[in-house]
Amino acid sequence: MPFELPALPWKRDALVPHMSSETIDYHYGKHHQTYIDTLNRLVADRPESEMSLEELIHTASGGVFNNAAQVWNHTFFWHSLSPEGGGTPRGALAEALDRDLGGIDGFRRQFGEAAKGQFGSGWAWLVKKNGGQLAITTTGNADCPLRDGDTPLLTLDVWEHAYYVDYRNARPKYIEAFLDHLVNWSFAEANLG
Amino acid sequence: MPVPKLRLHRYAWPVVFGLFSGIATAGPFELEPLPYDSSALEPYIDQQTMEIHHGRHHRAYVANLNAQVENYPELRDMSLEEIMPMISRFNMAVRDNAGGHYNHKLFWDVMAPAGHGGEPSAELLAAIERDFGSLQAMQALVNRAAATRFGSGWAWLIVTAEGKLAVTSTPNQDNPLMDIVPDQGVPILGIDVWEHAYYLAYQNRRGAYLDFWWNVVNWDSVSRRYAEAMNP
Repeated sequence: MPFELPALPWKRDALVPHMSSETIDYHYGKHHQTYIDTLNRLVADRPESEMSLEELIHTASGGVFNNAAQVWNHTFFWHSLSPEGGGTPRGALAEALDRDLGGIDGFRRQFGEAAKGQFGSGWAWLVKKNGGQLAITTTGNADCPLRDGDTPLLTLDVWEHAYYVDYRNARPKYIEAFLDHLVNWSFAEANLG
Repeated sequence: MPVPKLRLHRYAWPVVFGLFSGIATAGPFELEPLPYDSSALEPYIDQQTMEIHHGRHHRAYVANLNAQVENYPELRDMSLEEIMPMISRFNMAVRDNAGGHYNHKLFWDVMAPAGHGGEPSAELLAAIERDFGSLQAMQALVNRAAATRFGSGWAWLIVTAEGKLAVTSTPNQDNPLMDIVPDQGVPILGIDVWEHAYYLAYQNRRGAYLDFWWNVVNWDSVSRRYAEAMNP
């Protein structure tokens, strides 16, 4: 069964004005689709074609890893965004943020710095470590915290293709729009378990 | 008497922008103007891309490199060419931003308006045919290195220590002069494949950007760089 492009959790214009439908058309319709197509081509008629994305992320290397991880990362990213996003987390996640990251303000500051400081292409993440504590990490290119045994709660894509149409070189403005208007705390709460 | 209208030279605008945006480049390293008008590479590279690429991205590398002089005062008296072979002595901020400054200076220099880039010198062409078979074969190798560079980075045509030509690629703002790079040499041509180099005009179609890029290659500059690398 070939890998397929999952449906978006919202309409392509649902994130306007913070993320344009043009960005979604390219980012989802071209980039995400190309990772799917390339992965299917690389694993065709090979044992890897029977494996899950998570299994490939843990075991593959080179092009198979890059494309499998980018497929997974992008699907996780779309769910990290919401037309009703922004605001603050509730319940156990709010308590964990207070305990580990200095609350929502500490989270915003540290996540923003991490996302801004990831040089080149990559991702910023809020993760739950093995011991249960929350942490902010970044990964380069396709890399994904699943490989380190962490549980991702949220991610922000900081490849230039994620924001260049809407924000040009102004990555900090894109990060601010994510934190103010798009971050999907319900998704993060569900991932916390 | 009419009040004279305030007119700023077009190269003054980035300075004004820099002052007000807090990324003025004050320090030993300077952002030089583009060697041609920002629209001169159209239709292959659009004016807006050139203005943002030079006026914001390159400017930020220069400003961030100047900010590191506080940590490494010796940078004040070093050229970029002197920094690269000892880049392992510095922190990541110097590696990223000195690399970004050097790479973009080279990139502007190895491009020219279409029809004004000349031809490869006889010496360069002979070396290309010796090491790759043909000019087209070399271009295909460079495009392949550029297309398969996953994430952000550069593809290069370099002169190795043995005086041979080779095609390489590096991630992010690394370059073949750096002592941390596996395939070292003197770059005589480089293509930027960070998405900011082509996204406004080509979006996800990096291959189309690479095919069109050769319309604006400056062979006069590449030939001069080859001669200098062979006779340092």
